[in-house]
Amino acid sequence: MYDTGKVVTGLVIFVGIFTFAFWYTGGRAAPRPEPKLDTPEIQKMAKKKCVEDTQFMITTHMQLLNDLRDQALREGNRRYVNSKGEKIWISLQNTCLKCHSNKKDFCDKCHNYAGVEPYCWDCHIDPNRSEL
Amino acid sequence: MSMDRREFLKAAGLSAVAGLGAKGAFDLFMPGDVDASEHGGHSGHGHGHGDEAEAGPKIRLAMAIDVLQLKDHSKVDKIKAACDNAHNIPHWDSKDDEVKWIWEDEYEHVFPDTHNEYLADEVRELPFLLMCNHCDDPPCARVCPVEATFKRPDGIVAQDYHRCIGCRFCMAACPYGSRSFNWFDPRIPLRAEGRKLNPRFPTRMRGVVEKCNFCVERLAEGKQPACVEACPDVMIFGNLADPNSEIRKVLRKRVSLRRKLELGTKPSVFYLV
Repeated sequence: MYDTGKVVTGLVIFVGIFTFAFWYTGGRAAPRPEPKLDTPEIQKMAKKKCVEDTQFMITTHMQLLNDLRDQALREGNRRYVNSKGEKIWISLQNTCLKCHSNKKDFCDKCHNYAGVEPYCWDCHIDPNRSEL
Repeated sequence: MSMDRREFLKAAGLSAVAGLGAKGAFDLFMPGDVDASEHGGHSGHGHGHGDEAEAGPKIRLAMAIDVLQLKDHSKVDKIKAACDNAHNIPHWDSKDDEVKWIWEDEYEHVFPDTHNEYLADEVRELPFLLMCNHCDDPPCARVCPVEATFKRPDGIVAQDYHRCIGCRFCMAACPYGSRSFNWFDPRIPLRAEGRKLNPRFPTRMRGVVEKCNFCVERLAEGKQPACVEACPDVMIFGNLADPNSEIRKVLRKRVSLRRKLELGTKPSVFYLV
């Protein structure tokens, strides 16, 4: 075989770079994100609950947000009746972020972990921060 | 071939039945004319061209602007500032980039079709406040390829920024220049100005078209539009479909103008002179 030394060196470098993500973390998985729920607004609640069950919100909040957006904007109906029959005012900035006033420690935690960049924040602002 | 009266009547009757059937078939396969089928059902009257006697919607929101009061220019500034603050509207230096929801111009430009060189000086010099006319038959909504802009049952021509693809057809279609395009990220000037943002309303992003929304988000909360709240004596907002509303009362009393009526868009912003 010609140039064995160069080929083998090249292969070693290639495999090294290719598996960078695995050996850099030492084989350990990145820690599971723990979104924080300790905002003043949530602390005040007697029974800590979101508009739907926690499990539903974890798995389906993106779909729910999409549906509620269309309902509010396109049908002009800003009243969401949840599965328990409670009426909720539909507004990302004025309802969702009122309780979840810690976007950095709540929304961004999982989104960064999962590597998703929802375009909500291209327009919507975090009402709890004065600057953009 | 001879035909007696009895035969003739039979043939005529059968032909009539066949004719009626054909009309039914026609209606089945080609319902209405193209125009009506395209935007029928939006406002509840498919053909809807100038037939005032037709039963209209229950709510038809409109604005009357008492321009004579705008001689006091501080009111113009106050109204514009209220809108800017309510909707986080950026200020660009260049006129090419500017984003306009409510802005001012002079009579000559506002009513170019009613040119009158002997116009009263007072009217000639008045600042007319311009905004989206929330037309009854909005050309912008008709041309939008993704239905990002659409007409609500209450008459508001709404804009869904989530859906806008920034093609700017609506800007070409609007005869009033009421629509602005975000050529750049609107947060750049907002940040540069160090403006205090309205935390209850979003900004926009680069590449979408925006315009006055009659403060639909405030109306939903039972508030008046921001401009009305700023100067309730100048801006009169209300329901045209209700004969006892404040706007109908003032329109009965005062002479009002509307922009470019000959285009048939039926604007719902009235200028009281």
